[in-house]
Amino acid sequence: MSKHHYKITVNGKPRDVLAEPRELLIHTLREQLGVKGPHIGCETSHCGACTVDMNGKSVKACTVFVAQANGAEITTVEGLVNPDGSLGVIQEMFREHHGLQCGYCTPGMITRAHRLLQENPTPTEEEVRFGMAGNLCRCTGYQNIVKAILASADMLNAQKEAAE
Amino acid sequence: MKDAVDTPETRSAGLKGMGCARKRVEDVRFTQGKGNYVDDIQLDGMLFGDFVRSPYAHARVISINAEAALALPGVVAVLTAADLAPLGLHWMPTLAGDKQMVLADGKVLFQGQEVAYVIAEDRYIAADAVELVEVEYEELPVVVDPFKALEPDAPILREDIAGNMEGAHGPRRHDNHIFTWEQGDKDATEAVLAEADVVAEEMIYYHRTHPCPLETCGCVASMDKVTGKLTLWGTFQAPHAVRTVAALISGIAEHNIRVISPDIGGGFGNKVGVYPGYVCSIVGSIVTGKPVKWIEDRMENLMSTAFARDYWMRGKIAATKEGKITGLWCHTTADHGGFDACADPTKFPAGFMNICTGSYDIPVAYLAVDGVYTNKAPGGVAYRCSFRVTEAAYFIERMIEVLAIKLNMDAAELRRINFIRADQFPYQSALGWEYDSGDYHTAWDKALKAVDYAGLRAEQAQRIEDFKAGKTRKLMGIGLTHFTEIVGAGPVKNCDILGLGMFDSCEIRIHPTGSAIARLGTISQGQGHATTFAQIIASEIGIPADDITLEEGDTDTAPYGLGTYGSRSTPVAGAATAMAARKIRAKAQMIAAYLLEVHDDDVEFDIDRFVVKGAPERFKTMKEIAFAAYNQAIPGLEPGLEAVSYYDPPNMTYPFGAYICVADVDVDTGEVGIRSFYALDDCGTRINPMIIEGQVHGGLTEALAIALGQEIAYDDMGNVKTGTLMDFFLPTAWETPNYTTDHTVTPSPHHPIGAKGVGESPNVGGVPAFSNAVHDAFRPFGLTQSHMPHDHWRVWQTANKLGLHG
Repeated sequence: MSKHHYKITVNGKPRDVLAEPRELLIHTLREQLGVKGPHIGCETSHCGACTVDMNGKSVKACTVFVAQANGAEITTVEGLVNPDGSLGVIQEMFREHHGLQCGYCTPGMITRAHRLLQENPTPTEEEVRFGMAGNLCRCTGYQNIVKAILASADMLNAQKEAAE
Repeated sequence: MKDAVDTPETRSAGLKGMGCARKRVEDVRFTQGKGNYVDDIQLDGMLFGDFVRSPYAHARVISINAEAALALPGVVAVLTAADLAPLGLHWMPTLAGDKQMVLADGKVLFQGQEVAYVIAEDRYIAADAVELVEVEYEELPVVVDPFKALEPDAPILREDIAGNMEGAHGPRRHDNHIFTWEQGDKDATEAVLAEADVVAEEMIYYHRTHPCPLETCGCVASMDKVTGKLTLWGTFQAPHAVRTVAALISGIAEHNIRVISPDIGGGFGNKVGVYPGYVCSIVGSIVTGKPVKWIEDRMENLMSTAFARDYWMRGKIAATKEGKITGLWCHTTADHGGFDACADPTKFPAGFMNICTGSYDIPVAYLAVDGVYTNKAPGGVAYRCSFRVTEAAYFIERMIEVLAIKLNMDAAELRRINFIRADQFPYQSALGWEYDSGDYHTAWDKALKAVDYAGLRAEQAQRIEDFKAGKTRKLMGIGLTHFTEIVGAGPVKNCDILGLGMFDSCEIRIHPTGSAIARLGTISQGQGHATTFAQIIASEIGIPADDITLEEGDTDTAPYGLGTYGSRSTPVAGAATAMAARKIRAKAQMIAAYLLEVHDDDVEFDIDRFVVKGAPERFKTMKEIAFAAYNQAIPGLEPGLEAVSYYDPPNMTYPFGAYICVADVDVDTGEVGIRSFYALDDCGTRINPMIIEGQVHGGLTEALAIALGQEIAYDDMGNVKTGTLMDFFLPTAWETPNYTTDHTVTPSPHHPIGAKGVGESPNVGGVPAFSNAVHDAFRPFGLTQSHMPHDHWRVWQTANKLGLHG
C-alpha cells in the first residue's frame, strides 16, 4: 500500500508524516511521532486508553485512520502539562486524589476529563460518571477519578474567576 | 527553647513513613503520559511478531502453507512447530507441572490456540501475513463440559499423554483427568454428615472469567549476537522466575539473560504465566538477529492468555438445629482447559482451595478437587486472588447462606455463632492451615452497626409487603460476607513454583549524603510499591521516604524474588524490606556509638537518629551516620551502609473483612442496582491508608464485574462468545457505585511490621457480597441458588422461574 503525506498539529506543533492511509492515528502518534501518552487497550473503541482531543472533540485514536486526521489539531495528555513543565490542574488533581494506579488508562482519562470540563465546566457527579463512561479503568473503581475531576472543575472555575 | 521544626512530631511527619497517606511518587510520570510500558519500547531494526490462531476448538492440523505469507514484502519469517521442534521449544513446561504447545504440534485444543508465528517489519505487514498463512484443519469432536469430558466415551483431548495414568499430581483415572487432590478427613466428615441434625447441599458454580488488565500481555526480545546476551522486556509479574524458566527451556545461561519488567498496565494474575508469545519472540530474535516485539490484541488476550476460576463446587454443610456448624464437605470439578497451566504453588494443584472453611470454626472437613481437560484456553490464574482463595470464599459464603435458608435463620446471626473466636488464634483449621490472627466478632459487629442491619431488614420486610401488594417491582437484597484471606505465599518449606521457593527480597543502599536506593524482587502493576516500600524504610531507619528511590523489575540489578501476585508483596517483600532496614539500623547504631564515644548499648533509635540514653541532646542523625559510614575509618567496621534480606515467611498472613452490599433488583428488567456497599477490611498494620482505600475500590469493582456480568463463555463448538470488550463486561464509571470503606487493625504476629496485604481482599470478599445480595432479594420467594454472573438476562430468568412475572 502506498504512503502519503499528512499534516497534523500535535500539541501545538505542526507535524508532517508519511504513512499508509490505513495507518491508525494511535500508531502514527506513538510510533512515528513519539507521543506515547495515549495507549492501546482494546482496538475496538471500548476502553478509551487511546483517547485524544481532535479538533475539540474526544476521539479514540485506535479507530481513526491517519488519513482522517489530515489537517487536524490534536491534543494528547502530554499537551496538558503547564508551559513551565509542571502538572496541569487535572493531572495534579488525579495525583492529589489518588485517581490512578497502574497509569495505563490515565492519559486517556485525563484527556477525556479535559474535554468534558470544556463541554460542561460545572458537572454533577452523575454527569462526570456519564461523561467518562467511554473510558475504562481496571484499578481504581472510578471513585477517586470522579473525585479528581470534580475537584478539577472547582479549581479551574476558581482560576477562571480569579482571572476575571 | 526547643526548635519548632525539631519536635518528635515534626521529625516523624517529615519522614512520611508508615501510616501516612503519602501521595504517590509514580504519578508525576503517569499523569503526563511518561510511563514506560512494554509497547513504548522501540529499538533499532525492531521486527513485529503476530500469531496465526486456530479458529477451531479441537482439530487436527493437516498442513500449514506459509508460501503466500513469505512472498509478501516485509515478511521476514514464519515459524511453526516444525521449526521449533529441533530446538525442543515446540512445547514448554507449564507452572502446574504439565506441558503446553508453544505452536500447534499436530493438533489444536482450544479456539485461539497459537498455530504459527509471523515475523515482519511492521505490525501491519505482520497482520496481513497472518491472513495469508493457509492452514488445513480436520475438525474433531469438541468437549467444553468438564463433566462430559470425564465420561467413558469422551474424545481424548491430550493424545500426547494418552494412556499415561501418572500425572504431575498423582494418578489420573481418565485420559481427560488431570489430578485428584484431597485434603481433610473424608471418613470423619461423612460420619458427621450422616448424623447431623441438618445438612444443606448445593452445587456452587464459580464461572470462567478473565483478569483483563487494560494493558494486554507483550514482550520485546533482543538477542545481542556479539555479547551473547538476551534482553527480554515484558509484562511479567515475576521477572526473576521468567529469567530462570527462560534459561531452563532455552539453554541460554542464566547470567546471559536479562529480564526487565517495565511499567505494567495492570496484572491481576494475567501476567504471571509464561505464554507462547514470549518463547516465539525469543526464538524470533535469535533466528533473525533483530529485536522482536509481540503485543497481543484484546481478543487474543481474552481468548488465549490466562482465564480464571471455572470451578464447579458441590458442597454439603452439616449443623445442629441451633445452627452450630459441625462439618463441611466439598467436591470440586475444576475445568483447566486444554493444558494444565494453572499458576499455583507446586504442592497445591488446586491452590489454597482448602481455605474453604472460611472464617468459621468447623471441627471437621473434607475437600476433593478433580482437575479436568476440556477444549478451552489454558490458564487458571489467580485473578486478583491468592491461588483459588476467591473460589473458596465464594463457596463457603454461599454455603452459609444456603444453610441459613435451611435453618430459617438470619444469615448474619448464623455467621456470628460460628466465627472463630479471637481467643482461638493462632487457629488450626480442619483443612490444615494455621490462621495467624483475627478478631471476627469485633469486625462483624462494627459492620452490622455501621449499616444499621436491623433497620435494613425492617426496610426489606416492608419492601416485600409492597411488592406483594403491587406497589413496587423492585426487590431489595442484603448481601453479607465475612471472608478470611490467605496470602503472602509463602513459606519455602511448602510453597514453590517450578521448584523456586517463594521467598522475596530487598536490597537497600544508603548513599553518603543520607539518601537511599532500594531494590526488590517484586514488581508493581499499579499497587504503588515505589511509594509504600519507601515508607517502610523511612519508618525503620529514619530517612525521609522522599529521599528513597525504589527500583523493581530488572533482574540484572534487583535481588532475586518471586514477584507480585497473591497479595504477597507486602507480606513477603515488605517483610524483607523491614528486615534489610533493620540490618542497616544495627550497623548505624554501632557507627553512632563510635561517633558519640559510648558503648553500642548506650544509644537508642529515635525516629531519625540515635541518641545517647538519658542524654537526648547527644545524638547523631541518620544523615550524619551515613556520611561517617563512607568517610570515616571506624575500627572493626567495613565502610559503607547497605544490606540485603531474603525473607522466608514463617507462615501465610490471614487478612479478613466484613462486607455488606445493599441492592435493588428489578424483577422485570433483571437489573441489579447497587444502592450501597460497606467494606470493612482488616489487613493488619496499615502502611498507606490512601493506597489501601484505592485497592479496595478497585478490587470491589472487579468483584462487581465478576458477580454481575463478566464471563468467558463458550458455545458447544468451543467458540468463545465473549472475545471483545463488547461482550466481556468491564464496568464503566456509570455502572460503578461509590463504596464506604472502614477498617479494624489486627496485626500479624509473625510479620516484622504486622502487615498482612490487602490488594485481593476486596475481590475475595466482594464477589460473594454482590452475589449474596442478589440471592437475598429472591430468598423470600424460594430461591436457594442461582449461578453467577447475575446479568440482566439471568436475573430475569430467575424472577420468571419463581413466578414473579405474574
